[in-house]
Amino acid sequence: MCDTCGCGHGDGVTIRKPGETEHNHDHVHTHSHEHEHNGEKHNHDHTHLHTHGHEHDHSHQHSVQSHTHNHDHHHHSEEHVHDHHHADHHHNHGKEIEVEQDILGKNNLLAERNRGYFEAKNILALNLVSSPGSGKTSLLERTIKDLGKKIKFYVIEGDQQTMNDANRIDQAGAPVVQINTGNGCHLDSDMINKAVKELNIPDNSVLVIENVGNLVCPSLFDLGEAARVVIISTTEGDDKPIKYPTMFQSSDICIINKTDLLPYVDFDMKKCKEYAMQVNHHLKFFELSVKTGEGMDKWYEWLKEQISE
Amino acid sequence: MHELSIAMNIIEIAEENAKNANASIISEIELDIGSQAGVVMEALEFAIESAKQGTMLENANWKINKITALARCNSCRHEFETEDLFSPCPKCSNPFSEIYQGKELRVKSLKVE
Repeated sequence: MCDTCGCGHGDGVTIRKPGETEHNHDHVHTHSHEHEHNGEKHNHDHTHLHTHGHEHDHSHQHSVQSHTHNHDHHHHSEEHVHDHHHADHHHNHGKEIEVEQDILGKNNLLAERNRGYFEAKNILALNLVSSPGSGKTSLLERTIKDLGKKIKFYVIEGDQQTMNDANRIDQAGAPVVQINTGNGCHLDSDMINKAVKELNIPDNSVLVIENVGNLVCPSLFDLGEAARVVIISTTEGDDKPIKYPTMFQSSDICIINKTDLLPYVDFDMKKCKEYAMQVNHHLKFFELSVKTGEGMDKWYEWLKEQISE
Repeated sequence: MHELSIAMNIIEIAEENAKNANASIISEIELDIGSQAGVVMEALEFAIESAKQGTMLENANWKINKITALARCNSCRHEFETEDLFSPCPKCSNPFSEIYQGKELRVKSLKVE
């Protein structure tokens, strides 16, 4: 269920670990049969064990403070005695409610709760965003393989369908849960809240959240991360930052991947960075190639700095 | 398609507030949507049309206030209207500015019965 929209539609979000296909519940049903043998009554209790695979749609109600200001003043002057029978005035006059509520308030509130949890446990939470195919999973795989001995990595994978990415991260050696959003185009803070409970992340580790490959929708949804990392690759256009400015504006780090392909593509590195800086001049860049390893050292340095801080 | 999530969220907020006021019908809803909030207005309107069916907002009058984006130049502090997130300052051409209005996504008010 998407808590952002609270829709609870059957297009179900599922949260699974590799090797876990569905949740299995064993139900015990007791059937009672009554037979009559030779005029004598026997009572047999049969116990059947049925195993069902269920997909659950949990509907959690998070207590959210609703900031509703209800300006409905009744001015009754105490000195006056009113002769009206108020009970007779039962017309339904339209009433105005000043709501002034942020539409993404629920997501933002829960994101702040996640953030507080991460901070208290000294967990560095990163939100990886990009279009599909820019190399989020490959970057993660390599980072886990290269730094996994020194840093404890935990991963939340977001995709509409399949366990493929979670299986790759599992192979790379980090604990991982896969969120399948079904038809959803982004992860939200409620999904992260639930996935984090599955992961049991110890203190002083790094949580990497790989968002759904989409350069538009995830930009609006704070997950509680410490930094948002946007990845583009040299096989994409160098004008991506101004084509999808919201994502670049909301990010802290920009990784430009597949630099090994620069001689073969029409990607102008300088121009791309200029565009990105126009949208967000706070961006910090890393140019690297996950494939050849070129430039990865700077990214690792940055990661280590974040942890020691 | 995050506009659908946003439409559902609007409805949830509106129904919650209407229920708290013991109302059963929402006759009018007013929204503030910033032009740089990351929402495509047409997509949002389309999403609202389908999301409102069967809710307290089914027959409501939707007032959507589109809020113009205003930016402040980081260099000369000039304030200007902008249609995107990256236009340079029209006065000093500095490309860096901060948007201080136009990112709103807010349910402003309701009229309920």
